[in-house]
Amino acid sequence: MAEYKWPEEGKRKHIGKRISRVDGPDKVSGKAKYTYDINRPGMLFAKLVRSPYARAKIVSIDTSAAEKMPGVKSVRVIQQPGAEIRWAGDEIVAVAAVDESSAEDAARAVKIVYEKLPHFVNEADLAAAPASYRRQPTEQTKGDPDTAFKEAEVVVENTYGNDVMTHCCLEAHGLIAEWEDDNKLLVHPSTQAVSGNGAELARALQIPAGNVHLKMDHMGGGFGSKFPIDRWGIEAARLSKLAGGKPVKVMLERDAELMLAGTRPSAYAKVKVGAKKDGTIVAWESESWGSGGPAGTGMPPYPYVWQIPNTKTKHHSISTDVGPQRAWRAPNHPQACLVTMGALEDLAAKLNMDPLDFVIKNIELTGARANVYKDEMMKAAEMIEWKKIWRPRGEGGMGSTKTLKRGLGLSLHTWGGGGHASNCDVTINSDGTVDVKMGTQDLGVGTRTAIRIVAAETFGIPIDQVKEHIGDNSYPASGSSGGSTTIGGISASTRRGSIDALNMLFEKIAPSMNTTADKLEAVDGKIQVIGSPNNSMTWKQACAKLGMQPITARGKNPGPGNLTSAGVGGVQMADVTVDIETGVVKMNNFVAVQDCGLIIDMKTTESQVFGAMIMGIGYALYEEKIMDSQTGRMLNPNMEFYKLAGLADIGNFKVHMMTGKGYDERGPIGIGEPPTVSPGAAISNAVANAIGVRVPTLPLTPDRVLAALEKERRG
Amino acid sequence: MSSSDERHDNPQDLHENGSQSGVSRRNFLKGSGVALTIPLVAGGEKIVKAAGADVPVLGPGKVNITLNINGASRTTSVEPRITLLDALRNDLDITGAKRVCDRATCGACTVVMDGNVVYACSVLAIEAQGKKIQTVEGLEQNGRLHPVQQAFVDNDAQQCGFCTPGFVMACKNMLDKHPAPTHEQIEMGLGGNLCRCGTYHGIKAAVAQAARQSRRGGRRNG
Repeated sequence: MAEYKWPEEGKRKHIGKRISRVDGPDKVSGKAKYTYDINRPGMLFAKLVRSPYARAKIVSIDTSAAEKMPGVKSVRVIQQPGAEIRWAGDEIVAVAAVDESSAEDAARAVKIVYEKLPHFVNEADLAAAPASYRRQPTEQTKGDPDTAFKEAEVVVENTYGNDVMTHCCLEAHGLIAEWEDDNKLLVHPSTQAVSGNGAELARALQIPAGNVHLKMDHMGGGFGSKFPIDRWGIEAARLSKLAGGKPVKVMLERDAELMLAGTRPSAYAKVKVGAKKDGTIVAWESESWGSGGPAGTGMPPYPYVWQIPNTKTKHHSISTDVGPQRAWRAPNHPQACLVTMGALEDLAAKLNMDPLDFVIKNIELTGARANVYKDEMMKAAEMIEWKKIWRPRGEGGMGSTKTLKRGLGLSLHTWGGGGHASNCDVTINSDGTVDVKMGTQDLGVGTRTAIRIVAAETFGIPIDQVKEHIGDNSYPASGSSGGSTTIGGISASTRRGSIDALNMLFEKIAPSMNTTADKLEAVDGKIQVIGSPNNSMTWKQACAKLGMQPITARGKNPGPGNLTSAGVGGVQMADVTVDIETGVVKMNNFVAVQDCGLIIDMKTTESQVFGAMIMGIGYALYEEKIMDSQTGRMLNPNMEFYKLAGLADIGNFKVHMMTGKGYDERGPIGIGEPPTVSPGAAISNAVANAIGVRVPTLPLTPDRVLAALEKERRG
Repeated sequence: MSSSDERHDNPQDLHENGSQSGVSRRNFLKGSGVALTIPLVAGGEKIVKAAGADVPVLGPGKVNITLNINGASRTTSVEPRITLLDALRNDLDITGAKRVCDRATCGACTVVMDGNVVYACSVLAIEAQGKKIQTVEGLEQNGRLHPVQQAFVDNDAQQCGFCTPGFVMACKNMLDKHPAPTHEQIEMGLGGNLCRCGTYHGIKAAVAQAARQSRRGGRRNG
């Protein structure tokens, strides 16, 4: 029987090395075709007419002028008169025309009359939320928090939070839909779920799921926002049908992308946390609220990671008339982390303790991963020179001046990231090449590269002899890319399929080597009797024996052997300088120490961590979906005023991945989400350490920094 | 030193486009083709009086244009309101330059025009005639990546890759002008491009590699 396990450290030829992403050359040369880039013959362009009001009733819709315009091929009313709109930008009418400008003209010619209704779009102030926008609060108690607070010797109370941010995928949401016949649909989507989206389209269009063919080579970012096909996608298919099956392309405009296609829920909390004089944390109490649109939002896991013995939480889910929330990298964790680590930093400051010492003193409260966190904390502290630079809160870290205050902040986080269900077909061809077919997708994280590395490692061949085929739902089904589940799923299915295919090859050639399959191994481009390089044949010679009959094996996850597991930890530390005259926060250094089990490709793994930290700087310092209470609209649905971090904003980075014993044997675990969790907390803590006062809400914009300083001055 | 030779030199939008009734410079450009009511003269330009002078006007219908792209002459037919970016992508199927913000902020559509980087989303196609346009597709020579492209691959200066062609063009142009760029020149030269996946760390390393190579006499001006 084959053994399903990962090769030992000394025997790995590709796994864990620094390998450049295999689709890199296509991406730098413009050859990589994204959904947005696909031009189909006779393609029409769709545009949507959107509600300008956050809350309104549709009174009437007149599409007659639009229908008569030159080039217009189909018009569909999506929401009928009488329907109630719950967010600005909601789709009401869709039009398709021969080119984009004709479609835009037609969309502008649609006349819709609304009855405007009162709306509510800003939930930061809990007291201002109307009763009809509030749910019954949820409350939970653990231990005896009231007694614990009475016995606590040091207690701090403060407010923390972050506003809604949006995903801002550079490739907007959208797809191209075309009917190959009355019953068969071809779709080029920009999605995180190539194998999963067929069902949604089939249900809406009432055709068999097997009649929906999805194809996607490259996609320009998802971050959790691109799981559904969405109403605009379904409407493109309907417009196509009305136009005789012609391809219809719908890609959201940038303003719609920011208004509707990405919302990370807000989170605000009043927190009280108590400790003994020696720093032992004893009690937590929080009253929290937040919103992710009309459906409100659940409570992030407060307190985060720390298993404080006595806790009391109360949470208000607030609805707003804003486009609904979508999963954003590690849903709920960045919010929970900011609130928890912020409160603990404030507690350490009141205790006059270095937060590093405070965290280490309480590290057992982090539970089963305590030793990992401790190791990661000490490593990060060394990388950022914590003990050299850190000064007590408000004194200003090493190198501070009268107006430029330096500060350090730390945070820790966790995530699951166990491998999802995945199937693949691994084929060994008689020319020695290998094909892996899998209905997965590469969001830019290096999925293609990982598949190649795992297959090539298993067969003992160079990675360029393996070709992966992904992004097509006619390949064996593989899970959606969410929850950092892809690397575990696709690595395990590829490994199992490759091991099985290799054993089939061994069976085929063993007689000619006067041995049996169980005595063979594939190493360095050869197949040899285990431990006997002299009794061998080249990989090519072995494959040639397949003649007209290539080998195909189906790899699955889950499956035999322990190839994957779940659960990672990570620590981040930020070093900032705050100009207390202007309120501008500048990143000096930012370090991350992270584990994620067995690393398949060190280069792309580190890129994930760097990228997560950079995105984290964005939401910590710049990103905010600003809603106008008067009009109910987003004020900054563009990239001038919805600000992403730029190249000059990020400072210096160091990333250290925990590998080797204790980590590798856990198998590959997802990395896309965990390092996005801590940046807000680490940077907020660093700013508090620098200026001596907590800036309660992210993003830490200059006005908020100055307001917090002013409040402190006035007492 | 003036920064105009390295920054994207299109003016900012005049107005915030935060609502459906808002007017942005770009929408104004796009809409102006239909807003003007000018008698059609078959076969080409019309002349209108504006501020006392004769002004040639194109459109509102499609007009034939010729663009010089990566050294080749390409002819197509577009409405005067069509941007260079849309003409490249929708009419000529040259899709390396990406449409992201569509209003001169993010740099995903960066191309080089007569030696300077421009945002192709904010140049009208008709105005790009007679100029030498270089897109990311034109950097490879004899099937070999340009040193800047190779540096992006080697340093994993990309994830989803949607911003990458714009960054590659901005980076190549910056290094053509400043083969040994200072920290400030790098931040200025690449400050007009945005990445969402967070690849700036890799991009900084890629710039350093490409600059080292160009100082050693590697190929430039590709």
